[in-house]
Amino acid sequence: MTGPATTTPRPAPRPPRRADRPGDGRDGDRPTRRRRPRQPLPSGLLLPALLALAVALGYPLVRQVVLSMQEFGLSQQFGRPPSWVGLENYRELVTDPYLWKVTVRSLVFCLVNAGATMVVGTGLALLMRHMSRPVRLVLQSGLLLAWAMPVVASLTVWQWLFDTQYGVVNWLLTRLGGDYEGHAWLLEPASFFLVATVVIVWMSVPFVAFTLYAALTQVSEDTLEAAEIDGAGPVQRLRHVILPTLRPVMLVVGLLQIIWDLRVFTQIYVLQKAGGTTRDTNLLGTYIYRLGIGGGDFGMAAAVAIFMLALTVLLTAPYVRAMLRQEES
Amino acid sequence: MARRAPRSLRVTANVVGLLAALVAVFPVYWMVNSAFLPRNKIRAPEPTWLPFGGDLDNFRTVLGGGTFWDALATSLMVTLSTVVVAVLFAFAAAVAVSRFRFRGRTSFILALLVIQMIPVEGLFISQYKMLESADLLNTVGGLTLVYVATVLPFTVWTLRGFVDGVPYELEEAAMIDGCSRTQAFLRVTFPLLAPGLVATGVFGFIQAWNEFTLAVVVMTREDRRTLPLWLSSFTEVNRGTDWGAIMAGSTLIAIPVVLFFLAVQGRMVAGLTSGAVKG
Repeated sequence: MTGPATTTPRPAPRPPRRADRPGDGRDGDRPTRRRRPRQPLPSGLLLPALLALAVALGYPLVRQVVLSMQEFGLSQQFGRPPSWVGLENYRELVTDPYLWKVTVRSLVFCLVNAGATMVVGTGLALLMRHMSRPVRLVLQSGLLLAWAMPVVASLTVWQWLFDTQYGVVNWLLTRLGGDYEGHAWLLEPASFFLVATVVIVWMSVPFVAFTLYAALTQVSEDTLEAAEIDGAGPVQRLRHVILPTLRPVMLVVGLLQIIWDLRVFTQIYVLQKAGGTTRDTNLLGTYIYRLGIGGGDFGMAAAVAIFMLALTVLLTAPYVRAMLRQEES
Repeated sequence: MARRAPRSLRVTANVVGLLAALVAVFPVYWMVNSAFLPRNKIRAPEPTWLPFGGDLDNFRTVLGGGTFWDALATSLMVTLSTVVVAVLFAFAAAVAVSRFRFRGRTSFILALLVIQMIPVEGLFISQYKMLESADLLNTVGGLTLVYVATVLPFTVWTLRGFVDGVPYELEEAAMIDGCSRTQAFLRVTFPLLAPGLVATGVFGFIQAWNEFTLAVVVMTREDRRTLPLWLSSFTEVNRGTDWGAIMAGSTLIAIPVVLFFLAVQGRMVAGLTSGAVKG
């Protein structure tokens, strides 16, 4: 808020007639009038949104909890009533080594992608300050373009770039001396995930770079200069002045990356269809899909989905808490 | 800052910057380039870097098949109905949250935040079951329903930032001049919100137009596919991949999104930060 010290001094106290003064003195002359009086719930305004959320998200959530405690397989699809099994689905899942494999795989994939995105994005944001103006503009336009691309369009282009026979990546790597002629990237799980990572990082870096670059402009030039006069080298200035200022923004952005990369579906699903081995490349999202909609075992799929929701809550809690603190202040 | 940087740092920064720009742009360029190349140049041991001697055959292939138009029609219907419904609902809710103080207001805002974090994959099984029992699978209405709920939290959140941005004092002034509260809102605040509404609508459009996961779940029939499903079906393993045509399709789908995105990007970032930073 603009304090009295920074507002332009007014020539004389004007008659406090209208609400045309800067924010602070709002209540000065009318102490009884609050800015936004407490009113009865504006239900008419809220109702449509609440209703839509309740129908499309609330109800399915409740139903999913119920479903996860039922035996709901193919025979139920054909009309047999589902039977109540309590926590049986969960017990079966927890003892299923494949679920843990998929979970660990999802977590590792998520952390690697979020980490790579953060490193590249932060690096670019820091370097942007030192680029000459035209180069920075070129880079920013390029990042904006990559950011704007629809997911599925970028996915198809990257598949074309990694194409076994005529892809540019194989051509380039062969040119550089590697033996990549006719290399099939999607066959091996490791290189399958490498391709997925390249696509995801390519798509996610612009958001990180732009957000952090915006935050960097908040770093005080005076403090930097003072640090330099006191003999701090570039590395020290980065460590003791720049990074501490960036920390809160980096935390939020990093958490968002983790949340987004844990729920990766489109890239994996499309690449699997294009030739990956499903069982070796499933992450939580595609696993749920294949169990339920693919395999017809809705009870088990619902249980895995609840498990995934719990995992998300666990990872999101710090972010929500930070936002809550902001909301209260 | 840049002036004081040593020369070597500046040179490194510039080189890295240009390389990064190349990596960022190249796939987009390659999509457009390949879209214009004839089959014999696509299937060649040496890549063709510029589309000289290219033609529109790939676009003709894409547009000639009826499947593109079916998918376009579905996509347009779903996207437009999602945007209209979501913006209307969200606008009302944003006004409530921004202009009224009521019990549960903070909880509502927080609920939006939490909902936004819910992964679609965590709910699509039961959403599928719900739509199935309501006979809404493979319908525009069914997909719109789940899209509206997906887009709403973000839309309310951003619109609230825009409504907050219009000082309440303006409305107060109009009320002192004799307007009712509703009149004051409609005549003073609403016109100032138009750009925010457009930006939010466009952003909702982009989200719904690009959405893939829920579309896979809800639109299981081939003739009900949206454009992203239509496009991704061409890279499936058992198809002889006609990369020229696929890139032409990608280009067609990407162009409106890229243009829209560039148009609203600045405003959205402003709306986002004001929504996120202000209480």
